[in-house]
Amino acid sequence: MSSDWPAQAIPAAYLTPGTGSFSEFLARAEPQLLPGHGRDLGPLPELRHGTTVVALTCADGVVLAGDRRATMGNVIAQRDIEKVFVTDSHSAIGIAGTAGMAIEMVRLFRLELEHYEKIEGAKLSLDGKANRLASMIRGNLGAALQGLAVLPLFVGYDLSISDPTRTGRIYSYDVTGGRYEEHDYYGVGSGSTFARSALKKRFVRGSDPASAVRFAVEALYDAADEDSATGGPDLTRRIFPVVVTIGRDGAVRWTDEAVGEVSEQVVAGRMTNPGG
Amino acid sequence: MTMPIYASPEQFMRDRSDYARKGIARGRSVVAVIFSGGVLFVAENPSPTLHKVSEIYDRIGFAATGRYNEYENLRTAGIRLADVRGYSYDRGDVTGRWLANAYAQTLGSVFSEHSKPLEVELCVAEVGPPDGPTDGTADQLYRISYDGSMFDEPRFVVMGGVTEPVAAALEATFADGWDLPTAMRSCAAALGSAADGTKRVLSPAQLEVAVLDRRLLGRTFRRLDDVAVAGILATDTPDAADEATTDGGHPAESTESTGPAEPTEPAEPEFPDGDGAGDPAGGQE
Repeated sequence: MSSDWPAQAIPAAYLTPGTGSFSEFLARAEPQLLPGHGRDLGPLPELRHGTTVVALTCADGVVLAGDRRATMGNVIAQRDIEKVFVTDSHSAIGIAGTAGMAIEMVRLFRLELEHYEKIEGAKLSLDGKANRLASMIRGNLGAALQGLAVLPLFVGYDLSISDPTRTGRIYSYDVTGGRYEEHDYYGVGSGSTFARSALKKRFVRGSDPASAVRFAVEALYDAADEDSATGGPDLTRRIFPVVVTIGRDGAVRWTDEAVGEVSEQVVAGRMTNPGG
Repeated sequence: MTMPIYASPEQFMRDRSDYARKGIARGRSVVAVIFSGGVLFVAENPSPTLHKVSEIYDRIGFAATGRYNEYENLRTAGIRLADVRGYSYDRGDVTGRWLANAYAQTLGSVFSEHSKPLEVELCVAEVGPPDGPTDGTADQLYRISYDGSMFDEPRFVVMGGVTEPVAAALEATFADGWDLPTAMRSCAAALGSAADGTKRVLSPAQLEVAVLDRRLLGRTFRRLDDVAVAGILATDTPDAADEATTDGGHPAESTESTGPAEPTEPAEPEFPDGDGAGDPAGGQE
């Protein structure tokens, strides 16, 4: 209404001073846009689930990789889903869990980081980003208890640390929003037990990014080997894992060609030695 | 019992205009110009942290003069509007014209409905697509005045402080499709112009410089720090200036150069007031 300060074109809530958090602003001004708003959590149909994502540190950075399969029960729902996303210049997120919820949460989280940066004129610290993500997962607890859990794996390059062996950091979460910093390597999703076992044997601290990517693809291959919900490298359709490396210069998503080359080497290796 | 003093509506509005205009004229000037690689903002701003120029969205930038607390609030509102719209529709659905309209309506209704008008003048700039024309025809510069009137400027915007000498200086040097170093040197020189013809030389520390780089995908807004600005202002030949932009962390300017640093184009006759195309008759939306 015209009597509200200042005017209808920009609603009053937009002109009210507040924090740099986009999700808090949405909750106050546009609650209908928040993920999960107004959902009636009755009996749920079979939904798409994302599966295995692995992260490991390398020399002065961190690597995040995820397979491409989404399942609905026993059916492969999608062969080329993307579960690994670059969230800002120095961080990335991989998701396991209900795909619809997870992708919406990633969209909101990316905007959360960008919004803060634009409003405040400075980037959040890596711990700040990890904590923001924790509170967003905690906000989804009600849905998680109904089976709509989202479990991200968050990685980033900590620009405030000068020791290059500790700059790449990995955070895992549980459905209550618990935030746990992981060291060396970690994995989430249905195939993560196998992927973590593979990484346990292969991981070398301080290896170069290219070798770390090789370890990650090997681990995803092992996960796909044991877990039906995880997809291996698909050489016939040219569908390969999504790989992101983060160093001091920022996050880089590897091209399909580059990951394809690594995947072909991994598959060629397994031709002679199936156990890797 | 006292009677309220009668003031005619004309007088009432004129008083408000004078009040807002005086407030804005007390500040320092900001210019936004179109150059070959996008839009360049140059502001005279001694503070390195209280910005007059800011990013709003992927291809949209914002510049303001006047009262800091008032335009800072409008800047925040603009970022929120753009982010909410991009989140609920798509990033491509956020346009400069839409945002400028929202600002214009807000400033207009504050001007006519509230006891104190906002003492701010805003510029919303948008660059065209990365594969679009480089002559600036796809870029937009909107100037929004304290009373909500909105102007679509084809070449440059000058706001705040004493605008006439700055606009006249820019009018004299502006060249279509000029490169970044030439445009920046011209803007810095224009900001140092005073009404009595004297010239101040502004140091890089006194300037706040940012660009919307049309060639980038995604977020195009880049701030240029003092070192990068000093490098560009200090060079005379366009080739050397190109290297300076690369060293300053900003993507290198494209290869075309428009000749000497001080173009000698005369003022164009159709804008005798030296205010660019800012005359309300031609530019009002």
